[in-house]
Amino acid sequence: MSTAMTSNLIISIALLIFSSLCHADIVYQPLGKPAADISKQSEWNLTISPDGKNLPEGTGNAAQGAKIFALQCAACHGPEGVGGSADPVIGEVGSLASEYPEKTVNSYWPYATTLFDYIRRAMPIDRPFSLSADEVYALSAYILSQDGIIDAELDLTEKNLPQVTMPNRDGFISIYPD
Amino acid sequence: MNDVTTQSRRKFLKKAALGSAFAGGAFSLPVLTHSEELGFPENLPESMRVPGADFSNYGQPSEHEQGVIRWISANPAAPGNGVSWTPLHDLQGTITPNGLHYERHHNGVPEIDPAKHILLIDGMVDKPLSFDVKSLMRYPMVSRTCFIECGGNSNSGWRSNPIQSKVGYAHGLVSNAEWSGVPLKLLLKEAGIRPDAKWVIAEGADGSSLNISIPLEKLLDDAILALYQNGERIRPENGYPMRLVLPGWEGILNVKWLRQLRLTDQPAMSRDETSQYTELMPDGTARQFTFINEAKSLITSPSLGMMLPDNPGVYQISGLAWSGRGKITRVEISADGGDTWVDAELQGPVLDKAFTRFCLPWKWQGEYAILQSRSTDETGYVQPDRETLIKNRGKHGFFHYNAIVSWEITEEGDINHVYGYDF
Repeated sequence: MSTAMTSNLIISIALLIFSSLCHADIVYQPLGKPAADISKQSEWNLTISPDGKNLPEGTGNAAQGAKIFALQCAACHGPEGVGGSADPVIGEVGSLASEYPEKTVNSYWPYATTLFDYIRRAMPIDRPFSLSADEVYALSAYILSQDGIIDAELDLTEKNLPQVTMPNRDGFISIYPD
Repeated sequence: MNDVTTQSRRKFLKKAALGSAFAGGAFSLPVLTHSEELGFPENLPESMRVPGADFSNYGQPSEHEQGVIRWISANPAAPGNGVSWTPLHDLQGTITPNGLHYERHHNGVPEIDPAKHILLIDGMVDKPLSFDVKSLMRYPMVSRTCFIECGGNSNSGWRSNPIQSKVGYAHGLVSNAEWSGVPLKLLLKEAGIRPDAKWVIAEGADGSSLNISIPLEKLLDDAILALYQNGERIRPENGYPMRLVLPGWEGILNVKWLRQLRLTDQPAMSRDETSQYTELMPDGTARQFTFINEAKSLITSPSLGMMLPDNPGVYQISGLAWSGRGKITRVEISADGGDTWVDAELQGPVLDKAFTRFCLPWKWQGEYAILQSRSTDETGYVQPDRETLIKNRGKHGFFHYNAIVSWEITEEGDINHVYGYDF
């Protein structure tokens, strides 16, 4: 290495260290790629918030949901939504302060939108994302209607699902920040 | 043994003869020595008299350590939904080997091609950005040794009867590793954080598409987008090719197989922040967003499944302490169920939000004893006893059980799990 090259290298290293000390910044090259298009795609908008944002269009009712439940859910969750190998989903509303509380969807979950979000992304466990939006609305309608949270005749849609008030809506106390 | 000696000598002679042939006679035959004349070689262990095994591309534990395993508890109907426990009772020091780091999967370990995986940062940012693995490898990295503990660790402690499982198989949903990766604040700042952003919805690319809300504040503090675990790329079961590591915060938030961070002004109220990982209180309300794993400690030796062979005898009490709020400042040991306490030695370096190994020699003279450890962290928080924890939280909280663990030592030197003196 020539003397000139060596001194150039020393100067550039010195500049780099100097600039990082000066600005107290980490020196790095930003490499994120613009992703405005990806960000709009449905597969990157899976999370459904309590206000219903990202709910897909669709409709389903409890009668339809009962049939789907028997085919897709009962094997793990039990024929009536209780007593299977998986968590119970129906019943026990009002049990939370008792000696034997049961945390079901209907007794514990604060938002009905979570039910849609979770069924779609994670259920049935051997085939996530295999149910259509109509089927998920129907299943939600079936589960919620079993404890009278919604009317058994109601067609559940992206419009009225966020308006459902769950029995335990006000049961959670955030301890963050503590 | 003598057979082996003879065989090796024959092999050597054969090789020497071949060598001689190829070297055209320049290689002289060795002077033959009868090893029997030395008198002792047959007394040496075989490992010193034969060549050892070949090199290996990736080392494995000794075949004599095959019992040191993660214990799997999964749903037989959905084998990808469950946990595997770190065998804390079989380990020393503070670092959990990568093959023994605890697992919690909601729907199995996904197979992800790193060349096809991206992380998207979007929502309340100036410009949504995607990052591929190759690019992330060029960012400045930090390394951080910390524990990760499942919010459901030790939950058998809520039961009425003490579980008789080895310490790792009741409390081993916690592990400690050195995680290396990119500080998340760099990536978030690159995307440009809008002032109204308060929460970040993290999502994994597994079969449950696990999504959960994390306060933005934590991601701007000490969170890492981890790519390496104890020096090597993260294992598939621990989030390959990338995961969140949030030092001191419960496992569920350290999202594995991370694919997206979406900045929002509200939490998503996803299943794993409402239905699960919330703690039901006796009045029917539930604690939510209980992110921090509070101070905890366990005696890993002696512990259930071991016994005390000598009476009288000296035993090295050894265990682990950790706190999600900072450094462990003190661990005390009691041999009388909490009536009197003695300070244990903390093995350094004591790291922030990481396992700290403690030890104390104990002279046992055959008396009935109840061994306990109690940790204190730098905020002054003291690990509670079980009675206090249950008084404060009831029996149905399920998550965040951090009470003192008690080992009963019988006069015979057997060890049982108890909840304290059985008055």
